[in-house]
This record gives sequence, C-alpha cells and structure tokens, in this order.
Amino acid sequence: MKRALCPVCSGSIDEQFLQLQQLQDESSPNFVSEVVNIYFHESEKLLRNLREDCLVVVDKEFSDYKKMGIHLNQFMGSSSSIGAQRVRNVCVAFRAASEQNNRAGCLRALELLEYEYCYLKNKLHELFQIEQQRILAAGVRYPQQPNNP
Amino acid sequence: MGCEMETDQTEDMDVVLSSMWPEDINEAGRQFNVERPGADQDMLEEVTINKEPNIVDFKRLMELTNYSDKGNWQLANLIKNWEYKQENAVRLLREELDNLSKQQQEVELKKLEILEEHRFEQDGYGGDKRPISILDENLKYLYQDAPRRRNDVVFEDEKVEIEAEFDSVVYWKQRAVHLEKLLEASIKREQVLIEKLQESIENLERQSSPVEELSQVLKRADNFLHFVLQNAPVVIGHQDKELRYRFIFNHFPSLGEQDIIGKTDVEIFSGAGVKESQDFKREVLERGLPAKREITFETELFGSKTFLIYVEPVFSKAGETIGVNYMGMEVTDQVRKREKMAKLREEMAVQKAKETELNKTIHITEESMRAKQMLATMSHEIRSPLSGVVESGVMKLEATKFRPREVVKHVLQTAAASLQKLLTLEGNVADDVPVEVIGDVLRIRQILTNLVSNAIKFTHEGKVGINLYVVQEPSTIAKQGSQKLDRDTTKELPMSESQDDQNGRDENSTCENHKLSNGAQVEEEKETNRKTEEQVVWIRCDVYDTGIGIPENAIPTLFKKYMQVGADTARKYGGTGLGLAICKQLVELMGGHLTVSSVEHHGSTFTFVLPYKVSSISDSSDDPDELSDSDHQDVLGDGNDDDLHSGVFVFQPRTLGTLFSSQSSTRIQKLTPNSYAFNKCNGLLLEDSLSPSSNITYKETRSDEDANSAAGPMETSYELEISDNLSSAEKHEKSVPNTDLVGRFHPYVHPSNSLRAKHNVDENLETCVTYQGQAQAQARTDGISSECSSSNSPEIPKGDLKPKILLVDDNKINVMVTKSMMKQLGHNIDVVHNGAEAVRAVQSNNYHLVLMDVCMPVMDGLEATRLIRSYEETGSWDDAIKAGVDIQLPSPDSQSNSQLEKTRKRIPIIAMTANALSESADECYANGMDSFVSKPITFQNMKQCLQQYLP
Repeated sequence: MKRALCPVCSGSIDEQFLQLQQLQDESSPNFVSEVVNIYFHESEKLLRNLREDCLVVVDKEFSDYKKMGIHLNQFMGSSSSIGAQRVRNVCVAFRAASEQNNRAGCLRALELLEYEYCYLKNKLHELFQIEQQRILAAGVRYPQQPNNP
Repeated sequence: MGCEMETDQTEDMDVVLSSMWPEDINEAGRQFNVERPGADQDMLEEVTINKEPNIVDFKRLMELTNYSDKGNWQLANLIKNWEYKQENAVRLLREELDNLSKQQQEVELKKLEILEEHRFEQDGYGGDKRPISILDENLKYLYQDAPRRRNDVVFEDEKVEIEAEFDSVVYWKQRAVHLEKLLEASIKREQVLIEKLQESIENLERQSSPVEELSQVLKRADNFLHFVLQNAPVVIGHQDKELRYRFIFNHFPSLGEQDIIGKTDVEIFSGAGVKESQDFKREVLERGLPAKREITFETELFGSKTFLIYVEPVFSKAGETIGVNYMGMEVTDQVRKREKMAKLREEMAVQKAKETELNKTIHITEESMRAKQMLATMSHEIRSPLSGVVESGVMKLEATKFRPREVVKHVLQTAAASLQKLLTLEGNVADDVPVEVIGDVLRIRQILTNLVSNAIKFTHEGKVGINLYVVQEPSTIAKQGSQKLDRDTTKELPMSESQDDQNGRDENSTCENHKLSNGAQVEEEKETNRKTEEQVVWIRCDVYDTGIGIPENAIPTLFKKYMQVGADTARKYGGTGLGLAICKQLVELMGGHLTVSSVEHHGSTFTFVLPYKVSSISDSSDDPDELSDSDHQDVLGDGNDDDLHSGVFVFQPRTLGTLFSSQSSTRIQKLTPNSYAFNKCNGLLLEDSLSPSSNITYKETRSDEDANSAAGPMETSYELEISDNLSSAEKHEKSVPNTDLVGRFHPYVHPSNSLRAKHNVDENLETCVTYQGQAQAQARTDGISSECSSSNSPEIPKGDLKPKILLVDDNKINVMVTKSMMKQLGHNIDVVHNGAEAVRAVQSNNYHLVLMDVCMPVMDGLEATRLIRSYEETGSWDDAIKAGVDIQLPSPDSQSNSQLEKTRKRIPIIAMTANALSESADECYANGMDSFVSKPITFQNMKQCLQQYLP
C-alpha cells in the first residue's frame, strides 16, 4: 500500500505521520517529503540555535533559558506535527531541564536530541527511498483500477 | 672413656634409624614420618589405641614377606640395617679391645723394664741374661722405646730417691725396696684395667639389641597408623589370590577375626554390591592394574552404604599376582550429596530447558504480537486508504446506478443463505424510494451487509430487518430555511444551466467530477445528451433487530473507538468495533450519517441516511443494453417490471419455508407510486422468487394507506410505460404534474443546482459558473469526490459563502500540515504567524473561525484572543492599539455599518494546544477562546472542530 507506515520508522514516528501521508494526493504528490524537508531544515536551524543557547546560558541566565524554551516549543510543535514522537519527547525533557535552569541537563538533552534527530532523519530517508521504489513499481498499473476496493 | 663410647653409639644409632626405612624413602616422599622416640614420647601415650581391628594372618604375612618383592625388599633392608648395626658394635668393641691391649702392652713394657733392671742387677751378679733376638720386633720396639723412657723417667726418679752411694749395699737395698713399690703400683694399675675391661664388657652386654629397637619403631609407626586411622571410615585389607582376606583393618568391625580371615567377600557378606565388589577385585587381580570403583552395598550387616574401593594387585618376585591390597572408604554421604547435586543439576537443566522453551514461546508470542501489530497496522492501512482515499480522491466513490430494493433484497438473501439461527429476515422499502438511484452501490451494500450481519450476530430470536424510506434532508443543516428556499427556487429553474455545464466540460474540466466511474460517466453522458436533470434524494435506512441490544453507556463508544485512532483500539476491540467504525466513516464520507438507537435486551436499530442522486425519467430509458452497461450486476434482463417496485421481502427461517404467494405479484404491481420512471426493467426479483430453491416470499405487508396512495399514480405509470420513446425532457415534463413525485423530490434537489440557482439569483451567471468550477476543482484536489461534496448538503451552503478561516501559528510545519488538511476538508485558509498579525487580520477581514496557536513570538494566542474579544465587546480596537498592534482603522466610508456589525459577531476562536505544554484549557477559556484542539492536529479533530464551529 502506498500509504503504509514504514516499519523501519515505527519507533521514531507515530500515527501522526499517517495523517501526513493522507494529505498527499495528486494535487500535492510530494507533500510528505516537502513537509519533511522543511522540517529538516527548520530542525537543523533550531538545533544550531539550541546549541548556541546552551553555550551562552552560562553567564546570563533567565532570558536565555526563555529563548531556549521558545526554540524548544518550536521544535516540539513541528516534531509532533510530523509525528516524530521520540524527538518530541526529548524536547519535552529538554524543556523541563531548561525550565529548571539546569545547564547540565540541557546539554545532555541536547546531545540526546541531536542523536534522535539524526536517527529520525536516517529513518525518514530510508522510508522515502522505499516509498519511491514502491510508487515506481505501482505506477504502471495504478491509473487503471484505482477505484476498486 | 666409657662415657664417650656411649655418646658415640647413640649417634650411630640415629643414623641407622633414619636410614632404615624402606625404599622410596627419599626425604621428600616419605610415607611414614615417625617422630624420634623420646622427643615427644608422651603424645601417643595419651591416646588409647584400640588395636583390635587389626586382624592379621601372620603366616600369610610371612609368606608375603618371603614371596613378594616388596616384602623381600623390606626384609633385606631390615637385615642390612641389622648388619650395619652389628658392624658398628663390632667396630666399637674392637676399638675397645685395642685400647685395652695397648694398656696391656704398656703394662708389660713396664714389667719388662722392671725385669731388665732386675736382670741388670742379676747380670751384675750372675750375668744370667736372656738372649733376645735382634730380629724380634717386639724387642726391638722395646729396646728402642724402653731405654729412653727409663732415661727420661725412671732414672730421674732413682736419682731423686736414692741418696746412698752407688753400688753399695744400702744402695741396692734401697733400690730393691723402690722397685718393689713400683711393682706394686703396676700391679694395682693392672687390676684397675682389668676391672675396667670387665666393666666395658658388661656395658657391651647391657646394650639393647637392634631388633628390640626396630620393633619399637615399628610399634610406634603402627601406633601412629592406628591413631590416624582410628576414626577414618576406612577399611584396609589384603586378600590373597583366591580373594580370601589375609589382613583387614576396619575401625568399626562387626565381625570377629574368625569370621573374616580366610574368607572371601561373598562368604562373609550377602546382599547387593558384594558380588560386584568381588568381581571387581578379581578383575584387578587378573588385569594386574590398580583400579578404583564406587560400589553401593546393600547388606544385612551394615545396611546401605556406598564405598569407594581402591584395589591394587600384589605381585610375587616372579611377577605373578598373588593377591590384592584393597582399601575402601565409605562415601555414602558424599554419594548422597552428589546424587542430590546431580538431581539438582538435572532439575536445573530441565528448568533451563523449560526456560528456553518459554523464551521461545515468548519469542513466538512476541512475534505473533508483532504480526498482530503488523496486521493492525495493515488493517489500519487498509482502512486509512478507505477514508484517505475517498477524501483525497485517489480512490473515488463510484457513482453507479443501482436499485435500492435489489440491494436490500440481495443483502437479506445473502444473509439468509448463511443464517444459522431461526430468524426472520425482512426488508421493507417504502414506495417513495426511487427504483433506481445513483450512488456507490458497493459501499452501500458493504455498509448494509455489515449492519445486517452485526444485527444477526447479536440477535438470537425474532427478526432482523431493513427499512428503507425517503426522508427530509437532515435537519442538522444550519441554514435550512434559506436552503429550502434555494431549493425551491432550484426546483422551478430550468435545467439548462447544468446542461451547459456538462456539455462544456472536457477532460480537464472540473465539472466532470460528478461522474467518476466510467460507467457513471458513460451513463451521464447519455443523460446529458438526453438533457436529463439530476436530483438528490435522502434515503434513510434502518437496520433493526430484536437482539440483545446495546447498553446505553456503550453507545457513545460504539463508533468512537476507531475515531480515537486506530492501531491501539483496533487491536483491542478486534473486528467488531471496526466494522461499525468503517460503516460510520463510509456513511459520513458519502455525506450522510449513521446513528444507533437501542434498548437493552430488546434490540437495536442502526440508521443511516444518505443522499443519492436521482436521474429521474431519463434514466428509465428503455434501452436494456444501456442499463446493463452501467449496472450489469443488477440488470439481468427485462422481466416483469412490477417486481421492481416490490419493496417487501421476507426471508423466513429455512424450516418454515413458505410458498410463493401469487398474490404478491399482483400486489407488487400495485406498489408503483413513483416508479413510473423505471417501469421498464429487469425481473430479477420475480425470477429469484420463482426459483424452486428460493425461500423468498413476497408478503403483503404494506399498510392499506400505502396501497391506497399507490393506487393513484398507477395510471400514470402505465401511461409512461407506453411513452417509452419520449425524450427524457418530455418525460420529465410529464412527471412534473404528478405532485406526489415532485413534492417528494424537490427537497433533495442536487445542491449544485441549488448553488447555481443561487448564483442565478445573483445574476452573475458567468462568475458563478467559474466559481463553481473552482469549487469543484478544489473538491477534487482535496480529495472530496464531487458526489460526496455535492450531495453533502451541510457543506454546500457554506460553499456559496466559503467560510473564511484564519490560522495563527508560527510553526512552519504546523502551518503546512494544517493548511493541507484544511484544503482537503475543502477550505482555504489565511495564515498569520503571531498574535499581533492575527489581530490585524481579524480587524481587516471577516473570519468565521480562527485557529490560534497559544505559544507564539511577538504576541501569544491568549493575548491576541483577549484583544479580539475586547474589540467584539466594545467595538473599538483601543486595547489592541495599546498593546502595540499596528492597526489601520478603516476609513468611515470604506465599509458599511452592516459589515462592521457583522464583524463584531463573536468569532469562534479555537486554541491549538500541545498537550505537553502547560497551556491549560482553563487558561484558553479564561482568555476568551471557545474551544481547543490538541496538537498534533489530526483529520478527525479538525473535522469535528469545523463541524462544530462552522455554520
């Protein structure tokens, strides 16, 4: 099935991703990959920002944690939108650490976040490759009988 | 001197003793290390040694020492020792003898001296000299020795003692006396020496014999052995060639000497193990190699005991085995422990095996769970496309012409065929239900089948049935009044508009979305050619049963399970929950709704209402080929037209097979109030009912009033039947006068018509057509099939004035996803990225709904909402301006008051909250929000939200 939730991703991605896939149709055939690419782009920016935040946070205090919180909210929001469950969870922990002004916790969380993000990215790439192959394979007969249940 | 000798001797003895022990006595590996007697003599005296266990056949021992190498060797050693000791003694004695003889010589020498002196005297007198040979050694010795001594000692003495004149008488006398004295002393010394000699001889005699010494040592060793072995559970024995005991040491003897010595094991004991032990010994004897074995005895004598037996052969000088030494140690406890251990180990192994098995099982279970999960996911996948596909347009709803009565009959027939219970299945299709409608027959049949089989499943007696009748358009529509008006207008309108529409379409035209399946397309093309009109009819279908019913509290969850989102619940509730969920979804996707009412223990009724297109008169074209083209499965050929209109089916339980009632056919003929348009059709129903295997009975269950009402239009129907060749338009005209029909149909006019009608009213025909085109394009791209969207009346009224929705979110991804979802749901939305922008947007546009993220930069959603609410209450944007929002106040003439008024209606603002965030619902409400949807946004909650807040 075209919309299969790829099993390789099952750990890091939840049902929300299905929602994403459902949004993909003839009018926006690359919707999922577009969204995910933007997500990657945004996430990398956010990760950079977060790393900076973590470095700056030593001397100055409150405002930087607040900034970190904003970045994390962003990250969390977009991650949950694409169903990146694990990344989101790490974000939640990260934010908890930042709310307590816990720099060490933040650094740990950042590390974990970067790891999870990379993992997710790899998995999604895999998924897209598989999907692509499947679409290519399915492409031949697809137009003929699309309606039959 | 004697004292010296004594010490010498002891030392010698010591040497002897240490070297007397046998052979392998290198110092390192001594078998016996016995303390020297005297060093710690007392040690063993404190120990009482029970010597009794030692039973020895001495004769045999002699034999052994004589014949076996070892014995021989030991004996030789002993002898050697003894010899050495003797030699030593002899040496000592000899030394003593030498001493003595020396002394004697001295004495003799002295004597000779004296004699010589005498002779000298005599010589001087008589000259009587004894001739001494020169060759005589002794003499020589004497001569050489004596004079010197005499010179040294005696002469001096003489000189001292004799004062008298030499050679005088006095002198000689004195000299004689002196010599006499010397002689006396010499004799005395001789006597002492003799005494001493005797003494030493006596001493020699008194000395203990080495045999005694040896036996003492042996005894000590023996004592030590006993001491060491006294408590050991050990049996030591020697058996001869015939395996007769010659020696046995057993600390716990239970038998006397006479019972053992000279007997074999078998002769002594009886019971298990005895024979084995004997055989084992014999084996060792034969093989000539020592061996160990564990043997468990079960004898009367000492019960059940296990012995570890060591048996070694004993060889004669000739190399022949002449017996065995055997040593046994009782290891019963150890064996028991060992066995216990073995048992434990075995149990552990079994446990381990079980564990492995369990692990395997767990693994398998996990696998199957995974498989299940996969299945769940798969079913999710299967389901999702069903909805997704329909929504997205990848898989479109089929618009097929079909006959509701046949579908009902078919479903019931199928159910009856596999029925296992005594249930009556009945179907009742109201007369006002068109004979033929357009819809997705496959899915409708699927829903119906599902509901019926569900009903049968939960019904144990009574009946299950289907009612089909036409209803008003569902009252859920907000602008019902106006819509009705629209429709009323539509009804009166000529259909030229739609014709134009359809004629004008090409492949790319969005209008064609109406007809998605090929069949329908073909059909509709023909329709178009015949200038038909389309209408919509809402048909309600009740599937009722007299089953167990559904508890009231379970009803809300009945459909919801699936809604909560798939994998989990699907797994939990299995297939049952799924069917209903799918049904509901399907119904909703087709623009209808599915409900349930139930009384526990009395039964349930599932009701779904769906809109169907009706292409009225033209559809009743008499061309059977055309019909079979479009709907071949239902059209089997021309038959009795009347059967088309029979709306009552009863399937009695098989045992109650009934006869076909001829009456029904006539009755059916009468039941044609509005079926005039479809009179020329197949006789499938009749065919089926006439077939001998069928149990179908057409019952006349219609009430009289139905019959009566049916009677009126009959004429018309016949009339129409005759007018087959009339154009569809003419037919339509013909049908118009039939108020009954029109009255029924016009509330269900195709909404697109109504839309068009409205635009007509607006006198903006071209724009309107374009707009509709756009809307349809939208519908297509959003995956809503035209069939669905156009017939889904709740959406259509919105269509004319598309609800404006504002999304306020700073997150790109969220915006993308939400936007795309809304697109699929048929809405275009405006997007702004923070609260301030939202306020400005609301100020300059009329939105019907605002979706507001809570956490945003610049201005958060809560504040923005507050400001908007403030404006709505006060009519001024002062608060917003105070808050720093750059607002361009409209010039007084730019907008009419009315619009301002309109704007000031309270806009529903819906918060989008992430559950993980601390944004609480209370906070949202407190700031004037109407509701909230939790992120991530899903189709389901977005749809619910829109349904709730969009009019």
